[in-house]
Amino acid sequence: MIASIGSRLGQAVLVMLAVTAIAFVMFRYVGDPVAMMSREDASPAEKAELRASLGLDRPAIVQYGDFLGRTLKGDLGISFRNQRPVVDLLAERLPATLELVIVATLLSLSVGIPIGVYCALKPDGALTRAIQTISLVGISMPTFVTGIGLILIFAVTLRWLPSFGRGDVVQIGGWSTGFLTRSGWASLILPSITLALYQLTLIMRLVRAEMIDVLSSDYIRFAKARGLPSRYINFRLALRNALMPVVTVTGLQIGSLIAFAIVTETVFQWPGMGLLFIQAVSFADVPVMAAYLLFVGFLFVVINMIVDLTYTLIDPRLRTRRA
Amino acid sequence: MKRGLMALAGALAILMTQSAGAQTLRWSAPGDAVSFDPNAQLDSFTQNIQLMVYDTLVRRNRKLEIEPGLATSWQIVEPTRWRFKLRPGVKFHDGEPFTADDVVTTVMRTIDPDSRNKGNLATVVKAEKVDDLTVDIVLSGPYPLLLNDLTGIFVMSKSWLEKNNAMKPGNTSTGVTTFASTHANGTGPFKLESYAPDSKTVMTANEGWWDKPEHNIKRLEFRPIKSDATRVAALLSGEIDMISSLPLQDVPRVSGTQGFKVVEDPSLRLIFLGFNWKPELYADPGKKNPLLDVKVRQALWHAVDLDAIQKRIMRGKSRNTGTMVAPPVPGYVADIDKPLAYDPALSKKLLTEAGYPNGFKTGLTCTNDRYIADEQLCLAIAGMWTKAGIQVDVKTESKATYFPRQDRGELDVWMLGWATLPQMDGFSVLSGIFASRKDGYGGSNAGGMVIPALDDLARKTAVELDEGKRRALMGEAFRIAKDQALFIPLHQQPLAWAMRSNVDMPQFPDEYVRPWFAKVN
Repeated sequence: MIASIGSRLGQAVLVMLAVTAIAFVMFRYVGDPVAMMSREDASPAEKAELRASLGLDRPAIVQYGDFLGRTLKGDLGISFRNQRPVVDLLAERLPATLELVIVATLLSLSVGIPIGVYCALKPDGALTRAIQTISLVGISMPTFVTGIGLILIFAVTLRWLPSFGRGDVVQIGGWSTGFLTRSGWASLILPSITLALYQLTLIMRLVRAEMIDVLSSDYIRFAKARGLPSRYINFRLALRNALMPVVTVTGLQIGSLIAFAIVTETVFQWPGMGLLFIQAVSFADVPVMAAYLLFVGFLFVVINMIVDLTYTLIDPRLRTRRA
Repeated sequence: MKRGLMALAGALAILMTQSAGAQTLRWSAPGDAVSFDPNAQLDSFTQNIQLMVYDTLVRRNRKLEIEPGLATSWQIVEPTRWRFKLRPGVKFHDGEPFTADDVVTTVMRTIDPDSRNKGNLATVVKAEKVDDLTVDIVLSGPYPLLLNDLTGIFVMSKSWLEKNNAMKPGNTSTGVTTFASTHANGTGPFKLESYAPDSKTVMTANEGWWDKPEHNIKRLEFRPIKSDATRVAALLSGEIDMISSLPLQDVPRVSGTQGFKVVEDPSLRLIFLGFNWKPELYADPGKKNPLLDVKVRQALWHAVDLDAIQKRIMRGKSRNTGTMVAPPVPGYVADIDKPLAYDPALSKKLLTEAGYPNGFKTGLTCTNDRYIADEQLCLAIAGMWTKAGIQVDVKTESKATYFPRQDRGELDVWMLGWATLPQMDGFSVLSGIFASRKDGYGGSNAGGMVIPALDDLARKTAVELDEGKRRALMGEAFRIAKDQALFIPLHQQPLAWAMRSNVDMPQFPDEYVRPWFAKVN
């Protein structure tokens, strides 16, 4: 177990090195921070001075080495745009993104699983067909279209829910939470639906397919022959077995939800890390972009590791093979 | 008894009108203040937000003319020494009195080598306290635009900076971030209550402001919303009272909705095309650069149908121009403000005279995310030039990659917008765009244009203290630019804000939001 964690961590470091190295090569094409930071009528000498003071006149490889050295010391640098430590900026934004992702995940599970089960149990029902069609639309609709559509209906026309922002937040230690206020919850509804929609349809389809598969297996047929109540068969026997792949997919999806919350956060002006990243890109704010990519790389590695470890815990066959 | 009742009723009435008049204004814009440290950034929107909290020695009135602010009067003691009398009885938001020490500290913090906006006081050498309410600002040479520069220098409190260990300006390179980047203590019309970047900035009216408030706002809530569609939705859903920068395509929708109004004016920002002045064009290497011929440049100008652009692309909201500054800016000359007429036949004739009867090949590059409808504008012009027989290699790209390339002079024909801010003076065009790149001049003269007469005029204007002569010098420069068709000015960008009908927020061509002139009814 410890050896496997160790090798995982080794891989994690490699992945993050690769991500940041690629990022540093790409930064040169994102734009020039000096042009963004200078006055409109700055002289060439002023710009050259700024470039030198930021260390941007050095070759990319030297800048990358410098970045790695500082990162190892725990210093992610200072944002070009906000002139504040990147660590502070990320820490401020992390709660917003995490709360949104958690709610979106719970939403997609609590809605996706029952619908999936229903579709599997009544494969030919009219409602099932309708759900299938709608889910196809849901899975292929771009996030910003869904988001704007929800805003137009629920914020502009009906005026039930706020169209943007996080509402009132409460500070608990360094964590700002929207869970403790009414406006915080109201603000969460539209963005979390927008973010959850894709995952919801994915889970629904996965559960449906797995359920249909399990329901046609021998032990279910024997259980039916034995006269066990259908409720027991469907939920205790079939669903539990069908949920295994859902756990994996949900775990991996949490990572991508965090990484791809960018669009949702931009549409709803959700003050999370995705919004921070988008603004960093338009300003060519290298320290923020680098730190964000480093963080996302780290996150994916960690989530993958946790999923793998849970697997060995849940499935005895994997455990014996490792041992 | 009766009198007592009357008095009570009167008091109640006053109370009620006060509470009705004491209003919260919730407003939104696409950007946010990147910092509250005046010396840690050069972002014009950030400075706009800071101006609500901080005062300046001299400030702009409703007509954008310069008037006394924290300084009540000034005189030029020597050409390089200006003496400012300060306003007595002014207090900072934390209650400390405003004195000459604060001005000295502010000036020295601005011209600190690590200050990001030190270029905004480039000619200032130092500030000296004469007495508690008198300050001298010492310049490196005679300089006519000191007051213009001072409209953008926010006066900070010395004691507050010392107390919070923020005397050095925040700076990425030196790794300094201070208390002042997230807090503010000015003398301005509003106090900063809280600042949550990209989320919410709250200000409250400064009851102890030295000036008589023309506004009736008690509380200002700023909620930045980057996405255009969401910002408009937030206004229409009643969550926001006013948005600055309403996308042009939404103007009819919002103005047609009951309870909302749209305010539109041309902004100072003037969009123009500039040229490559190198011996060859990038689009057609190995041949002589046709753009060096004035007839070719005039032909390009005559081939642009500005009226069509104004009607179709700008929805009738822009103002076409023939010169390089907008009317409110000193240096503007009305009689050269007429663009060269759209005349394809004349364009053809000029091209033939210049030796290009079959046209030539050139690049045309623009941003697609910086100016209003910049991409459509660029494509339309490319189409018009193609019709005139010129082969146009048109490209549009993001501002983040465009400006570095433009700055390095890697483009043949390029687009730029210029608002002459923060000085709001034609000199910024002369020094930044007209003069060649030498001695700190020509910062945005990326095409490598060298016109000795313009170099000369820029340097003369820089030291001319007589305002009449100074304006004449600038007018001469703009005339040369027009006669030689050194640039093709297109239009002043339209500026559109939207608000609830009960909000009265005056609009200014420098695009600044000035809530101290706003009324909520």
